[in-house]
Amino acid sequence: MKELALHVLDLVQNSLTAEATEISVIIEEDLEKNVLRLLVQDNGRGMSRELSEKVLDPFVTSRTTRKVGMGLPLLKFAAEQAGGWLQLRSIEGKGTTVETVFQHDHIDRAPLGDMASTLVSMIALNPECRFRYAHFVCQRVFRMDSEQIIDLLGDVPLGHPQVVAWLGDYIRENEKSLEV
Amino acid sequence: MKSLEELKKIRESAQQMMRLREGGDVTRLVVGMGTCGIAAGARETLTAIMDELQKRSLETVVVTQTGCVGMCEKEPLVDVIRPGQPRVTYGYVDAEKARKIIANHVVNNQVIGEWVVQR
Repeated sequence: MKELALHVLDLVQNSLTAEATEISVIIEEDLEKNVLRLLVQDNGRGMSRELSEKVLDPFVTSRTTRKVGMGLPLLKFAAEQAGGWLQLRSIEGKGTTVETVFQHDHIDRAPLGDMASTLVSMIALNPECRFRYAHFVCQRVFRMDSEQIIDLLGDVPLGHPQVVAWLGDYIRENEKSLEV
Repeated sequence: MKSLEELKKIRESAQQMMRLREGGDVTRLVVGMGTCGIAAGARETLTAIMDELQKRSLETVVVTQTGCVGMCEKEPLVDVIRPGQPRVTYGYVDAEKARKIIANHVVNNQVIGEWVVQR
C-alpha cells in the first residue's frame, strides 16, 4: 500500500466484516518522540486467541480464514520496515484493536496519505456504523464523530451526494490545518 | 473554512431534491473494497464515482461496497445493477473509467462491452 490511509481503510473493512457497529481511528503524530501511532479499534465479534495469532502470518491463512487475508501481514511489514511494530489485541465477542507504531522520520515509512478520501469512503458507505476519528499532531487535534453529522442531517442520508462532497472538503480542510 | 453549520443548509436543499425523486427505481453500484481492491486503487475509483454522482445530481443511484470476490487480478471491480437488468461487472476500473461507466451505462444504458469481465 502506498499510503497509511489505505491501510486504515483496509483495517476498517476487517472491522465491518466482523460486524462492528462502532469503529475508532486514532492517529498520533509526536514529532518530539519521532513516533507515528495508528490505532483502529472496533466492537466487532473479535477473534479467538488461535486465530489472532494466525492472521499475522500470510502463509498460514487457509480457505476458511481467507476473509482475513493479506491486510494485516502487509501492515505489519510496513511498520517493521519503518522501525516500528504492530500489535493485535482481540477478545472474542468484544472487539479487536490493531495498534501500529512507526518511526516518524524513517525513510521507508509510507506517507499518511489522503485520510479525507479514506474517511469519506468508510463513512458514506456505512451509515449504520458509528465512526470516531481523532488525528493528533503534537498539541493540535482534529476530531470528528459520524453520529454528530447524522444528527445534524436528520432524514437526509449520509451517502447523499451533496453530503459526501461537503464531508470531503470539511475533512480535507481540517487535516490541512494540522500540517506543521 | 467548512463548518458543521453548513450541513443544515445542505440538509434543506437535499430534502427538497429527495421530495422530487420519490418513487424512482434505484441503480446500484458495487465497488470491491477488499485488500486487493484497495491496493489496486478502489478508493480513487469510489471517490470518482461519488464525485460524478454529485456533479450529475444522480440521486437515484446507490453506491455500496463488497469484499474480495476472487477476481483480485482484475481489481478495481465495479458492478452496475440497473433496475430490472442483470448485474454487469467491470474490471480494471480506474477513476476515469468509472466516470465513463456512469455516463454510458448508468445514465444512457449503454454497456461498455470491452471493459466487462463478467455478466
